[in-house]
Amino acid sequence: MTRYDLTRLPLVEPLLRNRWPQFVTTSIALGGFVFAIIAGMVGTPVGSRNFGIVSVWIGWWALLMLIAVPFFGRGWCSICPLPAPGEWLQRGAVLGPSTGTGRRPGLGLRWPNRLRNIWLQNGAFAVIALLSVVVLTTPSVTAVVLAALLVLAVVMSLIFERRAFCRYLCPVGGFIGLYSQLAPIELRVKDPAVCACHTQKTCYTGNADGYGCPWQVFPGGLVKNTFCGLCVECLRTCPHDNIAINLRDFGADLSNPAGRRLDEAFKAFIMLGSAMAYSAVMLGPWGALKSAAYTVGSAAWVIYAAAFLVFIFVVLPGLFFTAVVVGRRLSQNLAENSTTKTRRPEGKRQAFIALSYALVPLGLAAWIAFSLSFVFANLSYLSAALSDPMGWGWNLFGTARVNWTPYLTQFVPILQTIVLVGGLIWAGATAQRIAEETSKMRSLPVIVFCLIVTLVLLGLLVG
Amino acid sequence: MTVALAATTIAFAPVPAATVTPVERHIRIEAKSFEYSPAVVTVNSGDRVTLELAATDVVHGLYLDGYDLNVTADPGQPARLTFIADRPGAFRFRCSVTCGPLHPFMIGKLNVGSNWLMLRAVGLAALGIVFVTQRCRGAGAQRNL
Ligand code: SF4
Ligand SMILES: [Cu+2]
Repeated sequence: MTRYDLTRLPLVEPLLRNRWPQFVTTSIALGGFVFAIIAGMVGTPVGSRNFGIVSVWIGWWALLMLIAVPFFGRGWCSICPLPAPGEWLQRGAVLGPSTGTGRRPGLGLRWPNRLRNIWLQNGAFAVIALLSVVVLTTPSVTAVVLAALLVLAVVMSLIFERRAFCRYLCPVGGFIGLYSQLAPIELRVKDPAVCACHTQKTCYTGNADGYGCPWQVFPGGLVKNTFCGLCVECLRTCPHDNIAINLRDFGADLSNPAGRRLDEAFKAFIMLGSAMAYSAVMLGPWGALKSAAYTVGSAAWVIYAAAFLVFIFVVLPGLFFTAVVVGRRLSQNLAENSTTKTRRPEGKRQAFIALSYALVPLGLAAWIAFSLSFVFANLSYLSAALSDPMGWGWNLFGTARVNWTPYLTQFVPILQTIVLVGGLIWAGATAQRIAEETSKMRSLPVIVFCLIVTLVLLGLLVG
Repeated sequence: MTVALAATTIAFAPVPAATVTPVERHIRIEAKSFEYSPAVVTVNSGDRVTLELAATDVVHGLYLDGYDLNVTADPGQPARLTFIADRPGAFRFRCSVTCGPLHPFMIGKLNVGSNWLMLRAVGLAALGIVFVTQRCRGAGAQRNL
């Protein structure tokens, strides 16, 4: 596996070590974020004319899903405005560690051990997913959700230590972490031996140059991107200059058996299932389904919500589990018939968890294909909403009257096809490789599962 | 090599000309918040199609992807859109006049002849699976991309 350390390039290291670029970007993002909340609250109730809806669900979403996550993994987290105010309060400083000994306002409690997983994030995402059609289309609801997340992040920063909100609760952070394993970029230590000899571990505890890892990660032990927020505090605090930002192969983390967990496996199912469900609900031709998803609280919505949850938590994992079990049978029969012994036969649960990671590229492809549909169809709202953010008839940049025009309508289905088929091949190759970690052949049923999912998505999006 | 050749063939092979004689078609589509009925319309490649859009509650529009045509209709005043369906495939049509909260998701579909993109996609997906399974068997435990 080839890696290239970007900090070897001139300017990269000093730019990352300096706090100003990150601070300025985060502050601009925070300004936009607060403005989106205000627009959502006081601006026009027409979603497609409101800056809150358009900037978040078209602008930010497009940047996140089409660029940031696939290419920079958790790059977004490094400039995310959501945890910023809380973190500033918690630290009692906006930039570097303050030299004064003044008391910090937070309680700094440890996050409970039982909750040290991403099940809360899985739950938080599922709840928002059930309300998504309303959130996506109603400015005031989007504003309430954004404001609630902001308040929650501040409160969590004051009660718990470090970035507990990002790590254990943020519904967006959960899937960014999952898909960051695919990104061609990673933060790792240059030489683990240097870390082993460095008893103070200032990257974890912090020093005068920076804070201890806000994500509660010890850089020397990083095996995958999931929980590294790319905040680069460790690059600032490491006295041995041992932190690297590597360019690497896409999906490098997936071939590492360390750190595979059931909560993360379920995140993969939740994300894949949601992308499938959304493609049917939002982009399909079924009006009744759309109204069911919209009328939160109605009998139709309850049925929709139940079906949605059963699909992502039971049906998809259940079918996948069946595929894993069939695959194990196949490999066992094969082993009995041949003289070569397969290595340690893993438990079903272990095999299920391991092979679920093949759904990571499949899921990201599904989300990109889904996002391509509505992003390009509605991108033209962006110029109008920037010029007239509240929908009050302003015309700041002279683009308020730009008519709605879908872009690239001939090209988008072709792009979606390429993305989905590419995701399938990537998922298939990943399944193969994971299966090979113990014995061969086992991946075929799982690959068939991926093929069926891809065909369903193709049918919904380009069929 | 063979795989690449097969993939290129599937992806770029020219579409055979439609064999059905084109006809004149008149299709009435009713639009109400937030759905079209019928929501899926099927015609043959080459047909001369007239879509009559009838809004039954508020003003709605119909923007046809791929053909990039647009028509809007006030309630009680159906509007028409005539075109030659000379491009085969499946094309979404979407409401082009803001009509309420679910407006961005008010979507229907026009099928023109065979959906070659979908067929190519299925072919490429199947080929991809064959490629992945074969290559890994051949490569043994060797590391793959
Ligand atoms: S390992 Fe370094 S960059 Fe990653 S979250 Fe921790 S401090 Fe930030
Ligand atoms: Cu409309």
